[in-house]
Amino acid sequence: MSDFSIIGKPTAMVDAAGKTTGAGKYTDDLSLPGMLVGKILHSPYPHARIQRIDTSRAEQLDGVVAVVIGKDAPTPYGILPVGHDEHALVTDKVRYVGDNVACVAAVDEATADKALELIDVEYEVLPAYFDPEDSMKAQSDFIHDNKPQNIEKDYHHVFGDTEKALAEAACVAEARFIANEVTHAAMEPHSTLAAFEIDSHTGKPGRLTVWSSTQVPYYLQHKLSLVLEMPMAQIRVIKPLVGGGFGGKSEVIPLEIIAAVAARKAQAPVKITYTREEVFWAHRGRPRTIIDLKTGADKDGHITAVKARVVQDGGGYCSYGVVTILYSGALLGALYDIPNIQYDGYRVLTNKPVCGAMRGHGTVNVRFAFESQLDELALKLKIDPAEIRRRNLLKPPCVTINGLRVQSYGLPECIDKVVERSGWRERKGKLPKGCGLGIACSHYVSGAANSIIRSDMPHSTVNIKIDRDGGVVVYTGASDIGQGSDTMVAQIASEVLGCSLGRVKVIAADTDLTPIDIGSYSSRVTFMNGNATLRAAQEVKKLLIAAAAKKMNCAAEDLVFRDDRVGKKHVAAGDSPAQDGRGRPSPHELSTDGQASVSGRVEGQILRGSLQQKRKDEGPKDAMTFEEAVVAAIDFHGALTGTGSYAPPQEARGGKHKGAGVGPSPAYSYSAQVAEVSVDEDTGEVTVHKVWAAHDCGRALNPVSVEGQIIGSVWMGMGQALTEEMVWKDGMLMNPGLLEYRSPSSVESPEVEPIIVESVDPEGPFGAKECSEGSLAATIPAISNAIYDAVGVRLHESPFTPERVLAALRAKKAEKKIDLTEGVDPTAPTRFREHGGSLWFRGKGPARHPLDPARREAPAGGDD
Amino acid sequence: MKKELIELNVNGRTHELAIEPSKLLLDALRQDLQLTGSKRGCDDSSCGACTVLVDGIPMLSCTMLAASCEGQEITTVEGVSEHGSLAAIQKAYGDWGGAQCGYCTPGFMMTVKHLLAVNANPTEEEVRSALSSNLCRCTGYSQMYQAIKAAIEAEQKAVPST
Repeated sequence: MSDFSIIGKPTAMVDAAGKTTGAGKYTDDLSLPGMLVGKILHSPYPHARIQRIDTSRAEQLDGVVAVVIGKDAPTPYGILPVGHDEHALVTDKVRYVGDNVACVAAVDEATADKALELIDVEYEVLPAYFDPEDSMKAQSDFIHDNKPQNIEKDYHHVFGDTEKALAEAACVAEARFIANEVTHAAMEPHSTLAAFEIDSHTGKPGRLTVWSSTQVPYYLQHKLSLVLEMPMAQIRVIKPLVGGGFGGKSEVIPLEIIAAVAARKAQAPVKITYTREEVFWAHRGRPRTIIDLKTGADKDGHITAVKARVVQDGGGYCSYGVVTILYSGALLGALYDIPNIQYDGYRVLTNKPVCGAMRGHGTVNVRFAFESQLDELALKLKIDPAEIRRRNLLKPPCVTINGLRVQSYGLPECIDKVVERSGWRERKGKLPKGCGLGIACSHYVSGAANSIIRSDMPHSTVNIKIDRDGGVVVYTGASDIGQGSDTMVAQIASEVLGCSLGRVKVIAADTDLTPIDIGSYSSRVTFMNGNATLRAAQEVKKLLIAAAAKKMNCAAEDLVFRDDRVGKKHVAAGDSPAQDGRGRPSPHELSTDGQASVSGRVEGQILRGSLQQKRKDEGPKDAMTFEEAVVAAIDFHGALTGTGSYAPPQEARGGKHKGAGVGPSPAYSYSAQVAEVSVDEDTGEVTVHKVWAAHDCGRALNPVSVEGQIIGSVWMGMGQALTEEMVWKDGMLMNPGLLEYRSPSSVESPEVEPIIVESVDPEGPFGAKECSEGSLAATIPAISNAIYDAVGVRLHESPFTPERVLAALRAKKAEKKIDLTEGVDPTAPTRFREHGGSLWFRGKGPARHPLDPARREAPAGGDD
Repeated sequence: MKKELIELNVNGRTHELAIEPSKLLLDALRQDLQLTGSKRGCDDSSCGACTVLVDGIPMLSCTMLAASCEGQEITTVEGVSEHGSLAAIQKAYGDWGGAQCGYCTPGFMMTVKHLLAVNANPTEEEVRSALSSNLCRCTGYSQMYQAIKAAIEAEQKAVPST
């Protein structure tokens, strides 16, 4: 018999049936009477000042109810307190192709689309910056006036003496790595429905309700309150089912504010749903990152120092940028034992769609560089790549040189497991020509120890109530975006209370009903909301225990709640019972003897019929059903409710240096992976055959979900490693669709063998840590290292497309580079659509390449 | 555009609809019949989230005119459940983690339903090939293969071999 009855068992998600039958509702599936459709006019220019907007022709169109522009909601906002640089709709200038200029609310989509064409905008086109290293040299026409040199933020951290350590190192590797831009491409395009209610007392529009595809309902409520100048209490944000986030819905996306502003002006409910192309412009993905990395090691392979200079191409606004650039530096620590770290990070503004948080926020690209370089060091020092990683392990519990506290640390076991399962020792270096194995490790936070709005308040609070017939309702602010947090919450509540999962109902992510949880990001939900749920359940359980102990005439410590039964501990353990000679089945066995009895001794309590009819008067009981315990507790205490909350402990909140707030976490997950690849030396094509992925998640509360998250992370990492890349030309995205942004299909996806490692964290709920992000970062370098093993070329730029691999192969053999696109219009390689999206299709884009046969002048004034 | 009256047979029921001739099947299903199970995930028929069966063949409802489907039998994800209970494939997708966020799941349900209708015992290669018409961003597809295997086993258990 395992120690747990609910957790640790593969469990179907509590909302699975709604997803497989189509009954579950996502935001775009909702509609309200009188609802209007909102459509947004986007900027066709990457950088331009708005001279004039004339919406009068659009407003006169039959079926148009309202047109809103920047001055309808001029208060700036942004997800970070230091980055309030966005407006619902731009007020002065546009900063990227796709920036939000105006919004039409009309009776249907066709009318709204037509009205967009009737809005006249006059732009003064400004010089635009597309490359971060060029942008940093800008002398004029800054993207934001208060950001000279277009640098959003730069940080310079020195821990230890890196220069000295590098000078003394037995072996030093140095290189520039580039990871190109990728995006979340969650299957559900963003959607928001906003509706005002008329206030009974004032007779005017009062409360606002917003249904939105969001990972952060409480941040959305906060930003809506800021921009609409309404108290938060007047705003209700409801998160319906969300079709994937990966970070793309972890901040306030323009349409969420615009829909509310439009609903206010139109005095009717407004729904806006992005097209897929608009999703690409909304973006907030992983920035293109340039990493100059230098690592030193002693002759035994112990890393002595690492020095990194990181430049991130952040796009037109701040978004999560300041956090991203800090994560990139902070998470150089906490994986290996590194005594000296120097980090220079630059978050740079460019005239492109905004980058933000994406799965593995800030760590992924730097981890690709670091793990690649570690393999180079291993090669120079003639140490096995798995062995060099083992030689650099932390010795937890410890605090790293940059102030990160590490307690549970399953990395050694992760490495051992993947080495064993992949046959590393027997197969590495012995595979046929063109085939190779590569290893890499990674880690991630189980929630940021400091919330983005810094305070000592709890990050999560959960309420539980138990009804008279034993139904348990959990009210949690946790946002299930497909990762399964509702199920996690139900499992923890039912494990603590010893009731079956079917009794537990989860009400989640509705700001009117559920206490605050700051959102589904930084892999914080299981750790933080799980702990809050655990505490709430323990609190309400105290009432049950007190009542049951009285009924059963025993000490509270002797009670065991399990499988909908309350029994006595020593009986369950098989000891000779003290007060009673009769043999009694253990609580676990009780639950298996068919339908549990619903009899109960009820004192002056009105109950549902069945329970009342079966009431019996008995003396002290040996065991009770869950319902009986509930009834007894209501008898004694009146109400059965419990509240629990979680705030990360002070010791886990990091050091005191500038920027120390980002990186610290109450616990870190660990991952090690081996990838097996083959490389076609004639075409440069890389095929991943299998990935062995071991992940230390502390404890797997729901193994089927943990494995799903590991596989999904590895798979997404493989996409970034091989095919996914946002391709830009003059600030215009060349591949704004799922055909051209090449997310791997089932035929291109390798087998991933997930291996769960349980280090049981001392502070996690039942020892659990995160499992949804940490694995992603190891996949890219594992593949890169495997490519090196296969064909002996070190790739410094991701994704490892056939073009890049072939170029590296030919360079190695000192052969001339084959330039497949020589003399060809670079905007129209065959794998991209020719028009670069709807803007170009309508001839509104910036000037095309001179060689482009489809080139045509943009019409004057920007719009026809 | 002036609306026209059409008859659509969806999940065994006939509906009379007044729609523009240019209306897409997906929009007719979602907006006029409130069958919101079929999803829109892209602009260019690349994701498969809107897949429905038209006379038993999986089709992208975002690229078909509703008016062109008159006289044909359309099955959406809402028509997959059997007698008010989950079909084996629906149950298996839940149990084995075949659905995470669930947005692509209705499309996969239709694709898999067709696959198993024409090939009761597909090899893994055949499953991979059939599923390549639909995109998923959460699962990496692996747990779907387990779910499909489990659904096939459940079906075989339910129908005793003769």
